[in-house]
Amino acid sequence: MYDFTYTKPSSIPAAVQALGADIEAKALAGGQTFIPVLKQRLNKPSAIVDLADLGLRGIAADDKTITIGAMTTHHQIETSEDIKRMLPGLAKMASWIGDTQVRHRGTMGGSLANNDPSACYPAAVLALNATIHTDHRSIAADDFFQGMFTTALEPGELITAIEFPIAEKTSYEKFRNPASRYAMVGVFVAKTAAGVRVAVTGAGQGGVFRHTAMEQALSANFSADAITGITTPSDGLNGDIHASPEYRAHLIGVMARRAVAAA
Amino acid sequence: MGFEGIGASVRRKEDHRFLSGNGNYTDDINRPGQLYAVIRRADRPHARLLSIDTAAAAAASGVIAVYTGADMQADGIGGVPCGWQIHNKDGSPMAEPPHPVLATGKVRHVGDPVAVVIASSKQEAKNAAELLSIDYDDLPAIASVRDAVAPGAPLVHDDVANNVCFDWHIGDKAIVDAAFAQAAHVVELDLTNNRLVPNALETRSAIGDFDRSSGEFTLYTTSQNPHVIRLLMGAFVLHIPEHKLRVVAPDVGGGFGSKIFHYAEEAIVTWAAGKLHRPVKWTCDRSEAFMSDAHGRDCYSKAAMAVDAQGKFLALRVSTLSNMGAYLSTFAPAVPTYLSATLLAGVYTTPAIYAEVKAVFTHTVPVDAYRGAGRPEATYILERLVDVIAHDTGLDRLAIRRLNFIPKDAFPYQTPVALNYDSGDYEATLKAALAAANWDGFPARRRAAAARGKLRGIGMSTYVEACGIAPSKLVGQLGARAGLYEVANIRVHPTGSVTVFTGTHSHGQGHETTFAQLVSDQLGVPVDMVDVVHGDTSKIPFGMGTYGSRSLAVGGSAMVKAMDKVIAKGKKIAAHLMEASVEDIEFKDGRFSVAGTDKSKALAEISLAAYVPHNYPIEELEPGLDETAFYDPKNFTFPGGCHICEVEIDRDTGTVSVVNMVAADDVGRVINPMIVEGQVQGGLAQGIGQALMENAVYDSEAQLVTGSFMDYQMPRAHDFPPMITSTETTLCTHNPLGSKGVGETGAIGCPPSVINAVVDALRDYNVRHLDMPATPQKIWSLIQANQPRMAAE
Ligand SMILES: Cc1cc2nc3c(=O)[nH]c(=O)nc-3n(C[C@H](O)[C@H](O)[C@H](O)COP(=O)(O)OP(=O)(O)OC[C@H]3O[C@@H](n4cnc5c(N)ncnc54)[C@H](O)[C@@H]3O)c2cc1C
Repeated sequence: MYDFTYTKPSSIPAAVQALGADIEAKALAGGQTFIPVLKQRLNKPSAIVDLADLGLRGIAADDKTITIGAMTTHHQIETSEDIKRMLPGLAKMASWIGDTQVRHRGTMGGSLANNDPSACYPAAVLALNATIHTDHRSIAADDFFQGMFTTALEPGELITAIEFPIAEKTSYEKFRNPASRYAMVGVFVAKTAAGVRVAVTGAGQGGVFRHTAMEQALSANFSADAITGITTPSDGLNGDIHASPEYRAHLIGVMARRAVAAA
Repeated sequence: MGFEGIGASVRRKEDHRFLSGNGNYTDDINRPGQLYAVIRRADRPHARLLSIDTAAAAAASGVIAVYTGADMQADGIGGVPCGWQIHNKDGSPMAEPPHPVLATGKVRHVGDPVAVVIASSKQEAKNAAELLSIDYDDLPAIASVRDAVAPGAPLVHDDVANNVCFDWHIGDKAIVDAAFAQAAHVVELDLTNNRLVPNALETRSAIGDFDRSSGEFTLYTTSQNPHVIRLLMGAFVLHIPEHKLRVVAPDVGGGFGSKIFHYAEEAIVTWAAGKLHRPVKWTCDRSEAFMSDAHGRDCYSKAAMAVDAQGKFLALRVSTLSNMGAYLSTFAPAVPTYLSATLLAGVYTTPAIYAEVKAVFTHTVPVDAYRGAGRPEATYILERLVDVIAHDTGLDRLAIRRLNFIPKDAFPYQTPVALNYDSGDYEATLKAALAAANWDGFPARRRAAAARGKLRGIGMSTYVEACGIAPSKLVGQLGARAGLYEVANIRVHPTGSVTVFTGTHSHGQGHETTFAQLVSDQLGVPVDMVDVVHGDTSKIPFGMGTYGSRSLAVGGSAMVKAMDKVIAKGKKIAAHLMEASVEDIEFKDGRFSVAGTDKSKALAEISLAAYVPHNYPIEELEPGLDETAFYDPKNFTFPGGCHICEVEIDRDTGTVSVVNMVAADDVGRVINPMIVEGQVQGGLAQGIGQALMENAVYDSEAQLVTGSFMDYQMPRAHDFPPMITSTETTLCTHNPLGSKGVGETGAIGCPPSVINAVVDALRDYNVRHLDMPATPQKIWSLIQANQPRMAAE
């Protein structure tokens, strides 16, 4: 990695200020994406602002929402009793991210800010229409994801927490990329009073997307059979050595049916 | 102390050191005043090097030197040599284009080293390497062997026509052609053996050091054979005589063949240390390893078997294109030829075999020996072909194998492709594997899986391989530019502990334990009192290193010979001390005794007398108890066995799970059953990895697509089922231990058993063959393309 300065502020305003003062400064959360990028010398920040001491770690639940601090680790999410009870699909999702070491360091805020097209959380956040709270505003999931590695975050803006509405049913199924084990196709299904939402990650060229045909079918009849006949067009889907767009389109159907069946 | 001799599962002595962070690997070594080298590599597969502007890099902070190929040329540095020369069908020698240490004129693969920056820290060297400005003129490139031999293909080396390094053959074509003309069935199969990246846990590293007072160079390196590196680098590249060049290969964290070879970086750091009079260290990054460690396998074969109406094999014909990469790595030419085509008889009595191999240059990383080296390729061809014969003729795959087995009373058995198998019992390993796998119970398991919506298949492979490569005289005739004996020096210290100096090298195999057990068994010394030293040319007589599962069969045999000398000398000393005649001295369990009396002396008493020769037959006998032996094998050894794999396929996604893996192997005499089991498991893991997961992919422009673990699928522990392993022993008849070798059996026997199982699982989908790796996408596409012939059972 290139040389940089390192600070670890202890308040959100101080962190925002540190990031705002220097356009080349970057935030560091769990480092599970960022540190490999630095080691490969693909990024050259002048300063690194570590978010570890901002008090952004923790999970709070009431009877309508679960709010997860941006610095909460995947491990905390997978083992949280509240999340396991109220959003079991999200707990399962966290438990399938990377390996034990990654889950103890990587954070939900880091994953969402990064918006890797094969990351898992974007599917849960979009399917549940969670709200992303930042240092100065709140952004609906529908507005947050703006294409691969692109979000509504402004330069220097920090995610502080993610607020999930509680759902009747949540479920996630993931077909792992055989090599990286990120989502090659991941489907999150959420059934709420407002209806059913289905979000697909790993497959789309523009990152996470909603599967409206499946949402309609499942809103009418929440069963795997209801979506058996629904196919996904392959244009707009990713193709690589592990999966063609057609194979990904097929896997979306399989993962969706499995997610619904397990919900 | 419990039983620690031959046959005991003694816990590995070295593991505490490795697992507690106390290993001493090359990168752990730091020399006073050390500098750091970073290599700038080609980011493109084929280009003319127009110019390299080093000025900015040379002026950067901390930079001590920047060198290019021109600097090495100016110093008269030679190219990286090849250690094996193959001859063409017409008797002419293979093409051996120059392999410059740092590229000159052209770059020929992504990763080809272009320049080296040496600085006070690795960080400064990396910073400066980015400041090198390299002007390229891009040229078209090819990565696959079939593209390389197509008419008009871009040439890797201007003077190597059609990119063909050699066109070699073995066997009698006329007899084979005649047999094909008569055959009831001719079964043909084209197959690809996928390219693999070795990915040893420890990446390569090298430190060059120069002692100004003695004028001696030292190279610390991650090598499986330090003496061969000293020979090749000293004699051919840097022109340093052996007495001024020491090569140390300390703890090495895995090699799988990739650390046999002499690499450019070793020469770069040693040469630079001599120029700068400072130690120079280079340590490979993981991404750099993907494009600079020699890859494995990568060949394409067309095979055909002539079969009579009963299923007897009449003749085999194989034609192979084998990828050498851009340059010849140390043993590359031997791999598809003498290490592969000679194994095409397998465990069968096929009376006539003809094989031809075209070795082909491409714009890819050099390809060389990788765990199994040639024998996995031969086994894959043969064992897939046998299953396809069953598929095409309707004969039973197990019955065909049995019908064609070399019977156990037929040894020694001369094959039509040069090798002479000394011993084996293929029915014994087959029976053991069938029982362990419950082969007969498979149909019920397949039905039960179908009820769960899964496709279940079972497959086997019955194989033989050749280890302990030798004798030197023979391999010399076959083109090896080295001898293939081994050396051992057994030093019994005055108070009776023992140090073994061996020319083999351990990079994870557990030699420190196995060899200590061997000494314990022969000399009656507890394992704790035996140390094994390897990997330092200043301590060990000239040895040949570790590859081809040779360390016990060849290196252990040298130890036995040296220990025989120790015992013979000890008997003379004992006879003197106990005033008996030498003929009456017996040696057993560490004691010399006078036959028929209760007089005896322990080895430690004899060794003390040998080093403190106050009462000693000094007129007839030299003091000391320190013996060296060289052992040149009389033949290869021939481990063999049967591997059975059972898989389940998820029809919806195409995912293959290995649900059972059985290996019954004959590896000759087993010294440590636990270590043997570990070696078999590791080999099976690599075999399953090759069959289902691993694949080095180049795109059509010869860019390496799988340049990191994000795209190259390394197997993980949870990908494997519990493995059931066992051994059935026939002894090697020509070495003193009867041991054959176990380092590679798993990687050799396993892959076809996995693919045979996958094809069996897909039997309702009209699948005759699929190439490795059997990825989910590939299986799904096959399922999509082929509607079931019938409803699943
Ligand atoms: C081996 C491995 C396997 C993995 N497998 C998976 C997987 O299966 N599924 C999956 O989804 N992910 C996977 N990941 C990624 C993992 O989930 C990462 O933790 C995550 O992508 C990034 O989170 P982080 O906390 O490590 O963020 P960092 O790497 O520290 O930061 C990532 C980016 O986000 C920015 N950032 C971080 N926090 C904030 C914030 N609060 N506000 C604004 N910007 C911020 C940083 O500046 C940086 O640009 C894997 C990672 C590894 C190493």
